[in-house]
Amino acid sequence: MRKSLVFGLSMLLYLMWASLAMAAEAGGGAASAGLGSFFSYAMLAAGLGIGIAAHGTGIGQGIAVSRSVEGIARNPEASGKITVTMLIGLAMIESLAIYALVVSLIILYAYPMAKPLAEALGIKI
Amino acid sequence: MEHPILFLDLILGKFGLHIPPQLSYAVLTALILLGLGWLASRHITLVPRGAQNVFETIVGGLEEFMVDVTGEEGRAFFPYIATCFLFIMFCNLIGLIPGFLSPTSNINCTLSMALCTFVYTHYLGMKYHGAKYIKHFLGPIPALWPLFFIIEVIGHCARVLSLTLRLFGNIMGEDLVLAILLFLAGMFLAPLPMMFLAVFTSIVQAFVFTLLSIMYFTGAMEHAH
Repeated sequence: MRKSLVFGLSMLLYLMWASLAMAAEAGGGAASAGLGSFFSYAMLAAGLGIGIAAHGTGIGQGIAVSRSVEGIARNPEASGKITVTMLIGLAMIESLAIYALVVSLIILYAYPMAKPLAEALGIKI
Repeated sequence: MEHPILFLDLILGKFGLHIPPQLSYAVLTALILLGLGWLASRHITLVPRGAQNVFETIVGGLEEFMVDVTGEEGRAFFPYIATCFLFIMFCNLIGLIPGFLSPTSNINCTLSMALCTFVYTHYLGMKYHGAKYIKHFLGPIPALWPLFFIIEVIGHCARVLSLTLRLFGNIMGEDLVLAILLFLAGMFLAPLPMMFLAVFTSIVQAFVFTLLSIMYFTGAMEHAH
């Protein structure tokens, strides 16, 4: 209950700051006809994308490590095999966050589909 | 992000060649590995000492691990697996030295290695099973064969994508973090803690690529479910 309250308040504050920044950006962008408001949405998407991916990865890897530590506590002789299996499992789970990172970097640096989508929607880029 | 200063780029630039840096550093890594192998095999004795000992530990350990997973028939493709592991590990580690670049931080390098594994998987499947290899792609029920075939083909293509992106994302991500930390706080040696983590993930990512290759080969060799 308290956790969701804190989370909701922080999201609200973040969106307030973000909308301030985007309003300023859009004002400046309309004056200079540059990549104004689309770029700020791209930044928002890239930041949130990797942030949400990190949530899931943290939880998944936490469960993996906790079970493997429990296994070592039960059977200290098998600690070598358990450690190797745990490291392999962690690398597999981490790869999901890496996919999200690659998508974020594509959004930041490669602007895919930016021109065709903008022309379809009538936004000027 | 400005262009990084790379030693091989500067040296080859003096000769007027403009080879992409990931290619020249991949060739450099291959030459280093060949040189180390030659150094280790000059005086082979029954009781190993020195460089021969190190190499016997690494190669022997990897072979035992692989045979545990694949069984005795797996020894035939151990050279490919060991090359994968050693090449990827050295490629990843070489990027941590200032002035050098990891070839694996470029998607061309990782995609080509993932495609090699993909092609070898299907070659092994066809060698061991012939035309009946297609049974691996079909499910248990004959009525659902088209559906299962499409799903399995997509799964196999997803393997190539996942191998590529896992290695590329990890190594490029760590290079990027080191570059950004250097730009932000280079005077206070900020990249140094990240470099410890980078050494660890370099070795782990090489091992994960190799392990996944071994598991795909095992899956292609065994009988269909």
